[in-house]
Amino acid sequence: MSHFAALVVYAFFASIVFGITQRTEPKNMIRFGALCFGGFVVAAIVVSWGMFLLKH
Amino acid sequence: MAVTQTTSVPVRQSAVSPTLVLLAGWLVPGLGHVLVKKPIRAALLFVSIVSMFFLGMMMHGKVYSATNGDVLDLLGFVGQMGSPLLYVIAHAASLGGQALTDTVSDYGSKFAVVAGLLNVMAAVDAQSLANGRKEGL
Repeated sequence: MSHFAALVVYAFFASIVFGITQRTEPKNMIRFGALCFGGFVVAAIVVSWGMFLLKH
Repeated sequence: MAVTQTTSVPVRQSAVSPTLVLLAGWLVPGLGHVLVKKPIRAALLFVSIVSMFFLGMMMHGKVYSATNGDVLDLLGFVGQMGSPLLYVIAHAASLGGQALTDTVSDYGSKFAVVAGLLNVMAAVDAQSLANGRKEGL
């Protein structure tokens, strides 16, 4: 499994649990879960590029 | 003289004891939500937490032990014990790796630890539904 695939799988499952536990209405659960998933992936890409640029 | 009026908001509570719901959710991922009659949420939580834990084992993640004496191992053990059933299965079946050999096995360990911690969140959520602290029952 590539590092990016591991990140996406991690973000997917964690976002499902966050969505269910942090919101009360199903519609809001889906919205919050999607927000968490996007946040995980975007944050990881930004931090990865940051580390790359720091090193080079 | 001013008279203050207080209105009480009815809180719906589960017929099952919130403590029992918490314990059930901790022992088996999603069982707490089954007890408060939220089967879809229970199924999603079960699949997510179990998949995450066993994916971690397939990535040769480490099954931590409390008897090692290492503080970091103890923290990993506490995290993985967030889902005791999965931890016992992994321990009994000798799943995962004994030591962190590469980056992927490190990721695998984190998957298993986070699965345990997410299970604690799910169990507390089920308890909150049962005692009326969280709406939606």
